[in-house]
Amino acid sequence: MNKAVSETVVPTFPPGVKFRFDSVRNAWVLLAPERLFMPDEQAVEILKLVDGVRKISEIIDILAARFADTPRDVIATDVSAMLHELAAKGALRL
Amino acid sequence: MNAIPPPLGIVCELTHRCPLQCPYCSNPLELARAGAELGTDAWLRVLDEAAALGVLHVHFSGGEPTARKDLPDLVRRASANGLYTNLITAGVLLDAAAIDRLKAAGIDHIQLSFQDVIAESADRIAGLAGAHERKLAVAKAIRQAGLPLTLNFVVHRHNAERVPEMLALAESLGAARTEIAHVQYYGWGLVNRAALLPSRAQLEFTLQVVQEARARLAEKMVIDYVVPDYYAQRPKACMGGWGRREMVITPTGKAMPCHAADSLLGFEFPSVTDTPLADIWSNAPAFRRFRGTDWMPEPCRSCDRREIDWGGCRCQAFAMTGDAARTDPACALSPDHALMLAVAEGRPEAAPAFVYRRIGHAPASVSAEPVPAEATV
Ligand code: SF4
Ligand code: SF4
Repeated sequence: MNKAVSETVVPTFPPGVKFRFDSVRNAWVLLAPERLFMPDEQAVEILKLVDGVRKISEIIDILAARFADTPRDVIATDVSAMLHELAAKGALRL
Repeated sequence: MNAIPPPLGIVCELTHRCPLQCPYCSNPLELARAGAELGTDAWLRVLDEAAALGVLHVHFSGGEPTARKDLPDLVRRASANGLYTNLITAGVLLDAAAIDRLKAAGIDHIQLSFQDVIAESADRIAGLAGAHERKLAVAKAIRQAGLPLTLNFVVHRHNAERVPEMLALAESLGAARTEIAHVQYYGWGLVNRAALLPSRAQLEFTLQVVQEARARLAEKMVIDYVVPDYYAQRPKACMGGWGRREMVITPTGKAMPCHAADSLLGFEFPSVTDTPLADIWSNAPAFRRFRGTDWMPEPCRSCDRREIDWGGCRCQAFAMTGDAARTDPACALSPDHALMLAVAEGRPEAAPAFVYRRIGHAPASVSAEPVPAEATV
């Protein structure tokens, strides 16, 4: 979709969306109206960094520092794709 | 035996009382009276058991759930238990103060139903004068409180032309999500099928409007669209599969795999008043009866869609064939599909009058169906 959104955008969970750990399934879940997302491990690491303050660029920087053998570009592409996918489903605001 | 994955959602039908009388209500024809409803303590226990079992979403529904004075207490408990709390309401009993109380109790989301965009038509469908005006005010109050809002429109032959205006209204009210849901023909909807079933042209129009709006409003508004089965080639995965994702608790405490399951004659549904939720989910015969694929007849048994639509709706199979264990007649591969086509083709030119949903108003010819031998558990 709108892949051109700049890395200066601050992603947030809109009202009505909750990201929390489910101790019964031992997994992180993203809850939205009539929607349930079970993010994979990589997505969980990204979503844990969504705090309504960090910009997309800062999220990428943190992950790039953590996974030093992956080029920043690759991480940036993955992060952006994942955030856009969730935004299109109403589970994230960009 | 393998452990059964826990349910994802629970629908708490707190009451069958409702000031509206929509002729497509999904409630059963035999409506529970106020005196038979579960008390507050029983519901609080259900909410505790649901969270422990692994339920993630709780939907407070009815009837009209805001008719229960204890609704904020139930929301507070659900929220404290970490459940996602959703209120499904017709709104007419709400005002700004009530919305604030729900917000303070921790409600996560409100789904508000509308009957139409024209007040006169909306009030006629709801069977309540002034309902539409009230709903508009309530929608604004919900947004003013900062709560996320879904607008739900139930679509049929009397309002299908106005789906564009429905989406425009949702947009102007700031709804983050809209449901354009064709009537589902069980419960009161089945009684009123001849009065409500849209034409194929109407159905195609609504689909086209929704597709265009989805493209236009991407990342702005989520639009969910629900089709009527009568023009379909394949059935819906009712409730995501029998006993697979959802559980419905009726006002009197009966636990069922779907809203309409009460219509399945010969079934006994367990009660939350004497059986723990976890036990019901794993062990109740009514939940196990159509779970998974082992129960399936042909053509489902060898079909590659059997774990996609799970053979469709059991209540629809029962309503149309008298046997809940047959392939849903909505499926073009079903040997009973002609029954479905015949209804669509026999749709009357002029719509008959509504049978409004009211306690004690169920037509005798519908409530006195014979018990088919094969529908027993
Ligand atoms: S035959 Fe059964 S499983 Fe296959 S599409 Fe039809 S209803 Fe679904
Ligand atoms: S499949 Fe039947 S049991 Fe399930 S929701 Fe539909 S009507 Fe109900």
